[in-house]
Amino acid sequence: MMTLSEKHKFFTRWCHWVNFPLLAVMIFSGVLIYWAYDPYEVGLGGVTLFHFFPQWFYEATGVEYQLARGMAIHFAVAWLFALNGIAYVIYTLVSGEWRELLPERKSFREAIQVAKHDMGFRVPLPPQGRYNAAQRISYTAIVLMGGASLLTGLAIYKPAQLHWLTAMFGGYEWARLEHFCLTLGYVAFFVVHIAQVIRAGWPNFRSMVSGYDVLDTPAPEPESAQESAHAE
Amino acid sequence: MPNKLTPEQELSRRTRRGFIGLGAGAAAAAAGWKWLNPGDAASEDIPRPLRSMLRFNERVARKTLFSDTHLVKTYPASAIGKIKVNGDDGMDDDFDPDDWTLSLAGLGRGEPLKLDLDDLKSLPRHEQIIDFKCVEGWSTVTQFAGARLSDFTAKFAPGSEKAGYISMVTPGEGYYVGLDMPSALHPQTLLAWEMNGEPLTDEHGAPLRLSIPVKYGIKNIKRIGRIAYQEKEPADYWCERGYDFYAGL
Repeated sequence: MMTLSEKHKFFTRWCHWVNFPLLAVMIFSGVLIYWAYDPYEVGLGGVTLFHFFPQWFYEATGVEYQLARGMAIHFAVAWLFALNGIAYVIYTLVSGEWRELLPERKSFREAIQVAKHDMGFRVPLPPQGRYNAAQRISYTAIVLMGGASLLTGLAIYKPAQLHWLTAMFGGYEWARLEHFCLTLGYVAFFVVHIAQVIRAGWPNFRSMVSGYDVLDTPAPEPESAQESAHAE
Repeated sequence: MPNKLTPEQELSRRTRRGFIGLGAGAAAAAAGWKWLNPGDAASEDIPRPLRSMLRFNERVARKTLFSDTHLVKTYPASAIGKIKVNGDDGMDDDFDPDDWTLSLAGLGRGEPLKLDLDDLKSLPRHEQIIDFKCVEGWSTVTQFAGARLSDFTAKFAPGSEKAGYISMVTPGEGYYVGLDMPSALHPQTLLAWEMNGEPLTDEHGAPLRLSIPVKYGIKNIKRIGRIAYQEKEPADYWCERGYDFYAGL
Protein backbone atom coordinates (compact mmCIF):
# COMPACT_ATOMS: atom_id res chain seq x y z
CA MET A 1 0.00 0.00 0.00
CA MET A 2 1.29 3.46 -0.89
CA THR A 3 1.38 5.91 1.99
CA LEU A 4 2.49 9.52 2.24
CA SER A 5 5.35 9.96 4.66
CA GLU A 6 6.84 13.22 5.90
CA LYS A 7 10.60 13.28 5.40
CA HIS A 8 11.74 16.86 5.96
CA LYS A 9 9.94 19.35 8.18
CA PHE A 10 9.05 22.73 6.72
CA PHE A 11 11.51 24.57 8.93
CA THR A 12 14.42 22.33 7.88
CA ARG A 13 13.61 22.87 4.21
CA TRP A 14 13.20 26.61 4.75
CA CYS A 15 16.64 26.95 6.40
CA HIS A 16 18.26 24.75 3.76
CA TRP A 17 16.91 26.64 0.75
CA VAL A 18 17.44 30.07 2.30
CA ASN A 19 20.99 29.16 3.25
CA PHE A 20 21.90 28.22 -0.30
CA PRO A 21 21.74 31.72 -1.90
CA LEU A 22 23.03 33.37 1.29
CA LEU A 23 26.14 31.17 1.35
CA ALA A 24 26.63 31.72 -2.38
CA VAL A 25 26.58 35.50 -1.84
CA MET A 26 28.93 35.20 1.16
CA ILE A 27 31.40 33.19 -0.92
CA PHE A 28 31.18 35.57 -3.87
CA SER A 29 31.66 38.70 -1.75
CA GLY A 30 34.39 36.87 0.12
CA VAL A 31 36.27 36.42 -3.14
CA LEU A 32 35.86 40.16 -3.86
CA ILE A 33 37.61 40.79 -0.53
CA TYR A 34 40.23 38.07 -0.87
CA TRP A 35 41.31 39.39 -4.28
CA ALA A 36 42.71 42.54 -2.62
CA TYR A 37 45.27 40.41 -0.76
CA ASP A 38 45.58 36.87 -2.09
CA PRO A 39 48.63 35.23 -0.52
CA TYR A 40 47.45 31.63 -0.20
CA GLU A 41 48.95 28.87 -2.28
CA VAL A 42 49.50 25.15 -2.14
CA GLY A 43 53.10 24.16 -2.71
CA LEU A 44 55.52 21.36 -2.25
CA GLY A 45 59.18 21.91 -1.42
CA GLY A 46 59.21 25.53 -2.58
CA VAL A 47 57.30 24.78 -5.77
CA THR A 48 53.92 26.42 -6.08
CA LEU A 49 51.36 23.89 -7.25
CA PHE A 50 48.30 26.10 -7.09
CA HIS A 51 47.85 29.76 -6.25
CA PHE A 52 44.52 30.95 -4.86
CA PHE A 53 43.57 32.26 -7.31
CA PRO A 54 45.04 32.38 -10.80
CA GLN A 55 44.53 35.52 -12.85
CA TRP A 56 42.25 33.74 -15.31
CA PHE A 57 39.92 32.88 -12.44
CA TYR A 58 39.64 36.52 -11.35
CA GLU A 59 39.02 37.64 -14.89
CA ALA A 60 36.49 34.90 -15.62
CA THR A 61 34.51 35.68 -12.47
CA GLY A 62 34.84 39.48 -12.79
CA VAL A 63 35.85 40.05 -9.18
CA GLU A 64 38.72 42.52 -9.60
CA TYR A 65 38.86 45.97 -7.93
CA GLN A 66 35.70 45.57 -5.88
CA LEU A 67 37.01 45.40 -2.31
CA ALA A 68 34.69 48.11 -0.96
CA ARG A 69 31.60 46.55 -2.52
CA GLY A 70 32.71 43.10 -1.37
CA MET A 71 33.11 44.21 2.24
CA ALA A 72 29.75 46.02 2.24
CA ILE A 73 27.91 42.99 0.85
CA HIS A 74 29.76 40.56 3.14
CA PHE A 75 29.00 42.54 6.32
CA ALA A 76 25.34 43.03 5.37
CA VAL A 77 24.48 39.49 4.28
CA ALA A 78 26.48 37.98 7.16
CA TRP A 79 23.57 38.96 9.43
CA LEU A 80 21.11 36.92 7.40
CA PHE A 81 23.50 34.00 7.09
CA ALA A 82 24.05 34.00 10.87
CA LEU A 83 20.37 34.41 11.79
CA ASN A 84 19.26 31.63 9.44
CA GLY A 85 21.97 29.30 10.77
CA ILE A 86 21.21 30.08 14.41
CA ALA A 87 17.48 29.58 13.78
CA TYR A 88 18.21 26.16 12.28
CA VAL A 89 20.36 25.09 15.22
CA ILE A 90 17.76 26.23 17.75
CA TYR A 91 15.00 24.46 15.82
CA THR A 92 17.00 21.25 15.57
CA LEU A 93 17.75 21.26 19.29
CA VAL A 94 14.22 22.15 20.42
CA SER A 95 12.39 19.80 18.05
CA GLY A 96 14.61 16.87 18.99
CA GLU A 97 15.64 16.38 15.38
CA TRP A 98 19.24 16.50 16.49
CA ARG A 99 18.80 12.85 17.44
CA GLU A 100 18.51 11.95 13.77
CA LEU A 101 21.30 14.32 12.73
CA LEU A 102 24.20 13.97 15.16
CA PRO A 103 26.63 11.13 14.49
CA GLU A 104 26.39 8.17 16.83
CA ARG A 105 29.21 6.03 18.08
CA LYS A 106 28.59 3.53 15.29
CA SER A 107 28.30 6.24 12.63
CA PHE A 108 32.02 6.53 12.04
CA ARG A 109 32.39 2.81 11.33
CA GLU A 110 29.23 2.72 9.25
CA ALA A 111 30.20 5.83 7.29
CA ILE A 112 33.13 3.92 5.81
CA GLN A 113 30.70 1.21 4.66
CA VAL A 114 28.43 3.87 3.14
CA ALA A 115 31.36 5.52 1.36
CA LYS A 116 32.57 2.18 -0.04
CA HIS A 117 29.07 1.34 -1.19
CA ASP A 118 28.64 4.72 -2.86
CA MET A 119 31.95 4.34 -4.66
CA GLY A 120 30.73 1.10 -6.21
CA PHE A 121 32.18 -1.54 -3.93
CA ARG A 122 29.90 -4.45 -3.11
CA VAL A 123 29.37 -3.60 0.51
CA PRO A 124 25.94 -3.97 2.14
CA LEU A 125 24.43 -0.74 3.44
CA PRO A 126 23.83 -0.63 7.18
CA PRO A 127 20.24 0.06 8.24
CA GLN A 128 19.54 3.77 8.47
CA GLY A 129 17.02 6.24 9.76
CA ARG A 130 16.36 9.63 8.13
CA TYR A 131 20.07 10.06 7.45
CA ASN A 132 22.73 7.44 6.94
CA ALA A 133 25.97 7.47 8.88
CA ALA A 134 27.89 9.45 6.27
CA GLN A 135 25.09 11.99 6.07
CA ARG A 136 24.99 12.34 9.85
CA ILE A 137 28.68 13.13 9.89
CA SER A 138 28.76 15.48 6.92
CA TYR A 139 25.54 17.36 7.76
CA THR A 140 26.67 17.86 11.34
CA ALA A 141 30.10 18.94 10.14
CA ILE A 142 28.64 21.50 7.73
CA VAL A 143 26.63 23.10 10.55
CA LEU A 144 29.72 23.25 12.77
CA MET A 145 31.67 24.74 9.87
CA GLY A 146 29.01 27.43 9.55
CA GLY A 147 29.53 28.31 13.20
CA ALA A 148 33.29 28.32 12.73
CA SER A 149 32.96 30.62 9.71
CA LEU A 150 30.90 33.01 11.78
CA LEU A 151 33.43 33.03 14.62
CA THR A 152 36.58 33.25 12.47
CA GLY A 153 34.81 35.98 10.50
CA LEU A 154 34.17 37.97 13.67
CA ALA A 155 37.78 37.38 14.72
CA ILE A 156 38.99 39.05 11.50
CA TYR A 157 36.26 41.70 11.54
CA LYS A 158 36.91 42.99 15.07
CA PRO A 159 40.40 41.81 16.10
CA ALA A 160 40.79 44.74 18.51
CA GLN A 161 37.46 44.63 20.33
CA LEU A 162 37.23 40.81 20.19
CA HIS A 163 40.95 40.20 20.72
CA TRP A 164 40.24 37.12 22.87
CA LEU A 165 38.36 35.55 19.97
CA THR A 166 41.13 36.37 17.51
CA ALA A 167 43.66 34.90 19.93
CA MET A 168 41.54 31.75 20.24
CA PHE A 169 41.97 31.12 16.52
CA GLY A 170 45.73 31.66 16.66
CA GLY A 171 45.79 35.35 15.78
CA TYR A 172 44.65 37.60 12.94
CA GLU A 173 46.49 35.90 10.09
CA TRP A 174 45.56 32.37 11.16
CA ALA A 175 41.92 33.36 11.55
CA ARG A 176 41.89 34.69 7.98
CA LEU A 177 43.42 31.44 6.67
CA GLU A 178 40.94 29.35 8.65
CA HIS A 179 38.06 31.44 7.34
CA PHE A 180 39.36 30.83 3.81
CA CYS A 181 39.83 27.07 4.28
CA LEU A 182 36.30 26.72 5.64
CA THR A 183 35.09 28.28 2.40
CA LEU A 184 37.05 25.75 0.37
CA GLY A 185 35.31 23.14 2.53
CA TYR A 186 31.88 24.45 1.48
CA VAL A 187 32.85 24.24 -2.15
CA ALA A 188 34.04 20.64 -1.69
CA PHE A 189 30.84 19.81 0.22
CA PHE A 190 28.75 21.36 -2.54
CA VAL A 191 30.37 19.22 -5.25
CA VAL A 192 29.87 15.96 -3.34
CA HIS A 193 26.39 16.98 -2.18
CA ILE A 194 25.19 17.70 -5.73
CA ALA A 195 26.70 14.44 -7.00
CA GLN A 196 24.94 12.50 -4.24
CA VAL A 197 21.62 14.24 -4.83
CA ILE A 198 21.81 13.38 -8.53
CA ARG A 199 22.68 9.78 -7.65
CA ALA A 200 19.87 9.48 -5.13
CA GLY A 201 17.37 10.49 -7.80
CA TRP A 202 14.17 12.44 -8.15
CA PRO A 203 12.12 11.15 -5.16
CA ASN A 204 14.91 12.16 -2.78
CA PHE A 205 15.18 15.65 -4.29
CA ARG A 206 11.40 15.97 -4.37
CA SER A 207 11.23 15.24 -0.66
CA MET A 208 13.52 18.23 0.03
CA VAL A 209 11.09 20.42 -1.93
CA SER A 210 7.73 18.98 -0.91
CA GLY A 211 8.76 17.58 2.45
CA TYR A 212 7.14 14.24 1.62
CA ASP A 213 7.81 10.90 0.09
CA VAL A 214 5.50 8.08 -0.96
CA LEU A 215 6.42 4.81 0.66
CA ASP A 216 5.29 1.35 -0.30
CA THR A 217 4.44 -0.13 3.06
CA PRO A 218 2.75 -3.46 3.70
CA ALA A 219 -0.96 -3.00 4.39
CA PRO A 220 -1.59 -2.99 8.11
CA GLU A 221 -3.79 -5.64 9.70
CA PRO A 222 -7.27 -4.19 10.18
CA GLU A 223 -7.28 -4.51 13.98
CA SER A 224 -3.79 -2.98 14.46
CA ALA A 225 -4.39 -0.06 12.11
CA GLN A 226 -5.53 2.21 14.92
CA GLU A 227 -2.47 1.39 16.97
CA SER A 228 0.09 2.01 14.22
CA ALA A 229 -1.55 5.34 13.43
CA HIS A 230 -0.81 6.29 17.02
CA ALA A 231 2.73 5.06 16.81
CA GLU A 232 3.27 7.39 13.87
CA MET B 1 -14.57 9.55 1.25
CA PRO B 2 -15.24 10.95 -2.23
CA ASN B 3 -12.68 13.78 -2.55
CA LYS B 4 -9.75 12.12 -0.83
CA LEU B 5 -6.54 12.37 -2.87
CA THR B 6 -4.38 9.32 -3.36
CA PRO B 7 -0.92 9.55 -1.73
CA GLU B 8 0.59 10.12 -5.19
CA GLN B 9 -1.81 12.96 -5.90
CA GLU B 10 -1.19 14.47 -2.49
CA LEU B 11 2.57 14.29 -3.09
CA SER B 12 2.19 15.96 -6.49
CA ARG B 13 0.18 18.72 -4.91
CA ARG B 14 2.80 19.28 -2.21
CA THR B 15 5.63 19.11 -4.75
CA ARG B 16 3.94 21.70 -6.91
CA ARG B 17 3.45 23.91 -3.88
CA GLY B 18 7.09 23.42 -2.92
CA PHE B 19 8.36 24.45 -6.33
CA ILE B 20 6.09 27.49 -6.41
CA GLY B 21 7.56 28.47 -3.05
CA LEU B 22 11.12 27.91 -4.30
CA GLY B 23 10.38 29.92 -7.44
CA ALA B 24 8.94 32.79 -5.43
CA GLY B 25 11.95 32.65 -3.12
CA ALA B 26 14.37 32.68 -6.06
CA ALA B 27 12.56 35.68 -7.55
CA ALA B 28 12.72 37.49 -4.21
CA ALA B 29 16.43 36.65 -3.87
CA ALA B 30 17.12 37.93 -7.40
CA ALA B 31 15.19 41.13 -6.65
CA GLY B 32 17.10 41.53 -3.38
CA TRP B 33 20.41 41.07 -5.15
CA LYS B 34 19.42 43.66 -7.77
CA TRP B 35 18.44 46.05 -4.99
CA LEU B 36 21.84 45.66 -3.33
CA ASN B 37 23.68 45.90 -6.66
CA PRO B 38 21.90 48.36 -8.95
CA GLY B 39 24.96 48.39 -11.19
CA ASP B 40 25.11 52.09 -12.07
CA ALA B 41 28.75 53.11 -12.26
CA ALA B 42 27.92 56.83 -11.92
CA SER B 43 29.20 57.01 -8.35
CA GLU B 44 32.27 55.57 -6.68
CA ASP B 45 30.16 55.02 -3.57
CA ILE B 46 28.32 51.81 -2.78
CA PRO B 47 24.53 51.57 -3.20
CA ARG B 48 22.42 53.13 -0.48
CA PRO B 49 21.11 49.91 1.15
CA LEU B 50 24.67 48.65 1.62
CA ARG B 51 25.71 52.01 3.07
CA SER B 52 22.79 51.81 5.50
CA MET B 53 23.95 48.38 6.63
CA LEU B 54 27.50 49.67 7.23
CA ARG B 55 25.97 52.48 9.32
CA PHE B 56 23.90 49.94 11.22
CA ASN B 57 27.00 47.82 11.88
CA GLU B 58 28.80 50.96 13.07
CA ARG B 59 26.06 51.68 15.61
CA VAL B 60 26.16 48.08 16.82
CA ALA B 61 29.96 48.14 17.17
CA ARG B 62 29.98 51.50 18.96
CA LYS B 63 27.23 50.48 21.38
CA THR B 64 28.18 46.89 22.12
CA LEU B 65 31.86 46.29 21.32
CA PHE B 66 33.99 49.40 21.55
CA SER B 67 35.66 50.22 24.83
CA ASP B 68 38.55 52.41 25.90
CA THR B 69 39.80 49.48 27.93
CA HIS B 70 40.01 47.12 24.94
CA LEU B 71 43.62 47.52 23.90
CA VAL B 72 45.05 46.13 20.68
CA LYS B 73 47.73 43.51 21.06
CA THR B 74 51.30 44.79 21.33
CA TYR B 75 54.43 42.97 20.18
CA PRO B 76 58.14 42.74 21.01
CA ALA B 77 60.59 44.73 18.87
CA SER B 78 61.76 41.47 17.27
CA ALA B 79 58.35 41.10 15.60
CA ILE B 80 58.61 44.37 13.67
CA GLY B 81 58.24 43.79 9.94
CA LYS B 82 58.97 45.87 6.88
CA ILE B 83 55.88 47.93 6.18
CA LYS B 84 55.19 48.86 2.62
CA VAL B 85 54.26 52.29 1.29
CA ASN B 86 50.71 51.81 0.17
CA GLY B 87 49.33 55.03 -1.20
CA ASP B 88 50.33 58.58 -1.95
CA ASP B 89 46.95 60.29 -1.98
CA GLY B 90 47.45 63.74 -0.52
CA MET B 91 51.25 63.40 -0.61
CA ASP B 92 51.80 66.25 -3.07
CA ASP B 93 55.29 66.68 -4.50
CA ASP B 94 55.61 70.37 -3.70
CA PHE B 95 55.42 69.92 0.07
CA ASP B 96 58.19 71.56 2.10
CA PRO B 97 58.52 70.04 5.60
CA ASP B 98 60.37 73.16 6.83
CA ASP B 99 57.28 75.28 6.21
CA TRP B 100 55.00 72.86 8.00
CA THR B 101 52.81 73.91 10.87
CA LEU B 102 49.83 72.09 12.29
CA SER B 103 46.60 74.04 12.17
CA LEU B 104 44.23 73.22 15.02
CA ALA B 105 40.58 74.25 15.25
CA GLY B 106 39.00 73.39 18.58
CA LEU B 107 35.27 73.12 19.03
CA GLY B 108 33.60 76.52 18.73
CA ARG B 109 36.87 78.48 18.63
CA GLY B 110 37.58 81.29 16.21
CA GLU B 111 41.14 81.48 14.91
CA PRO B 112 42.86 78.12 14.46
CA LEU B 113 45.94 77.52 16.58
CA LYS B 114 49.30 77.06 14.82
CA LEU B 115 51.52 74.37 16.33
CA ASP B 116 54.91 72.95 15.47
CA LEU B 117 56.55 69.64 16.26
CA ASP B 118 58.17 70.99 19.46
CA ASP B 119 54.72 71.84 20.81
CA LEU B 120 53.72 68.23 20.23
CA LYS B 121 56.90 66.88 21.76
CA SER B 122 56.12 68.80 24.95
CA LEU B 123 53.40 66.18 25.54
CA PRO B 124 54.18 62.83 27.25
CA ARG B 125 55.79 60.52 24.71
CA HIS B 126 54.17 57.14 24.10
CA GLU B 127 55.49 54.26 22.10
CA GLN B 128 53.69 51.19 20.79
CA ILE B 129 54.47 48.19 18.63
CA ILE B 130 51.22 47.13 17.05
CA ASP B 131 49.94 45.19 14.06
CA PHE B 132 49.12 47.76 11.37
CA LYS B 133 46.13 46.32 9.50
CA CYS B 134 45.38 47.37 5.96
CA VAL B 135 41.80 47.22 4.70
CA GLU B 136 43.16 45.10 1.84
CA GLY B 137 43.81 42.28 4.29
CA TRP B 138 47.56 42.38 4.94
CA SER B 139 49.09 43.48 8.19
CA THR B 140 52.58 44.40 9.39
CA VAL B 141 53.88 44.75 12.94
CA THR B 142 55.10 48.34 13.22
CA GLN B 143 56.44 50.64 15.92
CA PHE B 144 55.10 54.15 16.35
CA ALA B 145 56.06 56.83 18.84
CA GLY B 146 54.33 60.12 19.50
CA ALA B 147 51.76 61.78 21.72
CA ARG B 148 48.33 60.51 22.60
CA LEU B 149 45.61 62.32 20.72
CA SER B 150 43.72 62.44 24.03
CA ASP B 151 46.63 64.29 25.73
CA PHE B 152 46.93 66.56 22.71
CA THR B 153 43.24 67.39 22.90
CA ALA B 154 43.33 68.02 26.64
CA LYS B 155 46.26 70.43 26.30
CA PHE B 156 45.59 72.29 23.05
CA ALA B 157 41.82 72.01 22.62
CA PRO B 158 40.39 71.50 26.11
CA GLY B 159 36.67 70.93 26.11
CA SER B 160 36.68 69.75 22.52
CA GLU B 161 36.39 66.14 23.67
CA LYS B 162 32.66 66.61 23.73
CA ALA B 163 32.56 67.16 19.98
CA GLY B 164 31.30 64.21 17.97
CA TYR B 165 34.19 63.94 15.53
CA ILE B 166 37.69 64.96 14.57
CA SER B 167 38.62 65.83 11.01
CA MET B 168 42.22 65.46 9.82
CA VAL B 169 43.37 66.76 6.45
CA THR B 170 46.69 66.78 4.57
CA PRO B 171 48.24 70.23 3.82
CA GLY B 172 47.14 70.08 0.17
CA GLU B 173 43.72 68.64 1.17
CA GLY B 174 44.32 65.65 -1.08
CA TYR B 175 43.57 63.17 1.72
CA TYR B 176 41.25 63.50 4.66
CA VAL B 177 39.78 61.28 7.35
CA GLY B 178 36.96 61.58 9.84
CA LEU B 179 37.25 59.97 13.27
CA ASP B 180 34.54 59.32 15.83
CA MET B 181 35.56 60.81 19.17
CA PRO B 182 35.69 57.59 21.26
CA SER B 183 38.15 56.02 18.80
CA ALA B 184 40.16 59.25 18.61
CA LEU B 185 40.50 59.39 22.40
CA HIS B 186 41.46 55.71 22.70
CA PRO B 187 44.75 55.44 24.64
CA GLN B 188 46.48 53.79 21.66
CA THR B 189 45.62 56.58 19.24
CA LEU B 190 48.84 58.54 18.71
CA LEU B 191 49.94 61.57 16.75
CA ALA B 192 53.22 59.99 15.68
CA TRP B 193 56.51 61.50 14.51
CA GLU B 194 58.53 58.32 14.75
CA MET B 195 58.16 54.95 13.07
CA ASN B 196 60.25 51.83 13.64
CA GLY B 197 62.72 53.81 15.78
CA GLU B 198 63.42 56.48 13.14
CA PRO B 199 61.89 59.87 12.46
CA LEU B 200 59.02 59.48 10.00
CA THR B 201 60.17 59.37 6.39
CA ASP B 202 58.42 61.54 3.79
CA GLU B 203 56.66 58.62 2.16
CA HIS B 204 55.34 57.40 5.52
CA GLY B 205 53.93 60.81 6.37
CA ALA B 206 56.60 63.15 7.81
CA PRO B 207 56.47 65.24 9.83
CA LEU B 208 53.31 64.00 11.63
CA ARG B 209 50.90 61.16 11.02
CA LEU B 210 48.21 59.28 12.86
CA SER B 211 48.62 55.83 14.39
CA ILE B 212 45.17 54.55 15.25
CA PRO B 213 45.38 50.75 15.61
CA VAL B 214 41.69 50.38 16.50
CA LYS B 215 41.02 51.21 12.84
CA TYR B 216 42.18 50.05 9.43
CA GLY B 217 45.20 51.69 7.82
CA ILE B 218 43.01 53.97 5.69
CA LYS B 219 42.34 56.04 8.83
CA ASN B 220 46.03 56.30 9.76
CA ILE B 221 46.42 59.55 7.80
CA LYS B 222 49.93 60.62 6.79
CA ARG B 223 51.30 64.21 6.79
CA ILE B 224 48.58 65.85 8.86
CA GLY B 225 48.16 69.56 8.07
CA ARG B 226 44.93 70.43 9.84
CA ILE B 227 42.98 69.03 12.76
CA ALA B 228 39.46 70.20 13.53
CA TYR B 229 36.99 69.16 16.22
CA GLN B 230 33.43 69.26 14.99
CA GLU B 231 29.91 68.03 15.61
CA LYS B 232 29.20 67.11 12.01
CA GLU B 233 30.65 63.90 10.58
CA PRO B 234 33.75 64.98 8.60
CA ALA B 235 34.42 64.20 4.96
CA ASP B 236 36.38 60.98 4.59
CA TYR B 237 38.41 60.09 1.50
CA TRP B 238 37.76 56.35 1.43
CA CYS B 239 34.20 56.59 2.73
CA GLU B 240 33.46 58.66 -0.38
CA ARG B 241 34.88 55.76 -2.38
CA GLY B 242 32.62 53.08 -0.97
CA TYR B 243 34.38 52.05 2.24
CA ASP B 244 32.96 51.98 5.74
CA PHE B 245 33.21 55.36 7.49
CA TYR B 246 33.84 53.69 10.84
CA ALA B 247 36.45 51.17 9.61
CA GLY B 248 36.83 50.05 13.23
CA LEU B 249 38.65 46.91 14.23
